[in-house]
Amino acid sequence: MQASKKSINYNNLFIYFLAFSSGFSIMCIELLAGRILAPFFGSSVHIWGSIITVFMLSLSFGYLLGGKLSTHSASLTRYGAIFIIAGLTLLPIVTSSEWLMESIFLAVEDSRYGSLLASTALFFIPTIILGMLSPYSVRLLVKNSNESGQVAGKLYFVSTLGSAIGTIITSFYLVLWFDINTIVLSVSLVLSLLGITTIALAKVYANFYKAEVQREISHA
Amino acid sequence: MPNSINKFIYCAGFLLSVCLVNNAIAEVVHSERSLYRNILVEDNGDLRCLKFNVKSNKTRQSCFNKSQPEQLVFNYTKQLLTGLLVNPEPQRILIIGLGGGTMSNTLHKLLPDSYIDNVEIDHSVIKVAREYFGFLENEQIKTYSQDGRVFVKRAVLKKQEYDWIILDAFNGDYIPEHLMTKEFLEETKSLLSKKGILTANTFSSSKLYGYESATYKAVFGDFYQVSNKDNNNRIILAGKNGLDQNFNRAQEPVSKNGSINKLSIELLAIGVDAKELYQNMKSTAIHQNWSDDNPVLTDQFAPANLLNIDTD
Repeated sequence: MQASKKSINYNNLFIYFLAFSSGFSIMCIELLAGRILAPFFGSSVHIWGSIITVFMLSLSFGYLLGGKLSTHSASLTRYGAIFIIAGLTLLPIVTSSEWLMESIFLAVEDSRYGSLLASTALFFIPTIILGMLSPYSVRLLVKNSNESGQVAGKLYFVSTLGSAIGTIITSFYLVLWFDINTIVLSVSLVLSLLGITTIALAKVYANFYKAEVQREISHA
Repeated sequence: MPNSINKFIYCAGFLLSVCLVNNAIAEVVHSERSLYRNILVEDNGDLRCLKFNVKSNKTRQSCFNKSQPEQLVFNYTKQLLTGLLVNPEPQRILIIGLGGGTMSNTLHKLLPDSYIDNVEIDHSVIKVAREYFGFLENEQIKTYSQDGRVFVKRAVLKKQEYDWIILDAFNGDYIPEHLMTKEFLEETKSLLSKKGILTANTFSSSKLYGYESATYKAVFGDFYQVSNKDNNNRIILAGKNGLDQNFNRAQEPVSKNGSINKLSIELLAIGVDAKELYQNMKSTAIHQNWSDDNPVLTDQFAPANLLNIDTD
């Protein structure tokens, strides 16, 4: 009984760590977005307007969707799958941003709407997916309604802390050490690996509990 | 101990008086906060200056004498005119980074038949240039309130050509990093006509120096550097097709031993000594003062502002 309680705590700690990582990734990508768009749309104030609008909008949709999804048989496995999908949807930023931005640049003369369209094309979907993780984490962490506020508070704390650290590390150091594509690829890879680890852990837990239950049955 | 306190008091008093005197002389004629920066117009006797950030001494400014508006006041603006030694009759000129518009005005005086396009990201700067610096616009002189990179990309699409591109978008406090990459320089290069040249006002201190130099070299090959001992500006002068055939032309205004041609006379009239300009030109083919292993700045890797802080 004690052992299982302890393992649940590790489980929660891992979920908080995952929420931290998603917060980190969101701001890391948002910060790079300015650099990615600059060659085609410049660095006027409205470029940041476009980027922040798209990120806020997609996060809001992500929260809604993630909350909705968590009502149907929420599990660590599905949670991990969201991470993998988030990692995968970041890949087009590396592979297709060049021609995507070029065709938008050719089609739209006004750099305000050009940048809005480009940041939608590149960042809308991955940020929705990343936004889904927060409410889903709350669902996995909350065990009774009494602690739900505290859990949500801790989760906001951890993921927003991740965002802050993601912002400063990316802008102070990562851009000085690596190419933009290298950073985006690494974020994508890390998210996918975290997802795979989560799914693997979920499998291990399931097997562990199955074995435990079987042992108890055979004992009885 | 009392001695050092005395020294300190003396020092502080001196600094205070310097501040007071400065404040007494310089009069702020106009100040506004634009979307990008604080803009300040200061009058200092006959001298009127456009400043972008009051406290920073790194700030580059654009100044002119109210009584002699066509005189170029600052070294780096004079140095930019080295472009005329290499390419004396540019028909189409592109200036990225307006400042007070003094460069545009001066070039219009020198080359009344040439077309000048000015590009400035900050609309407030354009307004201030018009109101306080007598920035002239007409059929030949146009101004575009746009990001330089976007303007250049569109101009490439429209297959426009310029004989002279002047890049002066770096005011010292913040570097628009996308205007310093290999890709951007390639775009400007493709905008240049056959004999076209690019002059860029660049950085001469910090780690950025080597990176920036390597980037220009990667795009244009060897180029000229124009610098002054008493000045931490460096002008890069690069040509569409290298520099060799232009080198002799650059000698023209001062060659025939004392016989000065029309251009040097015109330059002298605005306070620019052509001979001095020529003497300050140094080809990187002859001496390159950065090491070859400096990385090139690209759209993927352009931490120009971070490199500019890092001085170790």
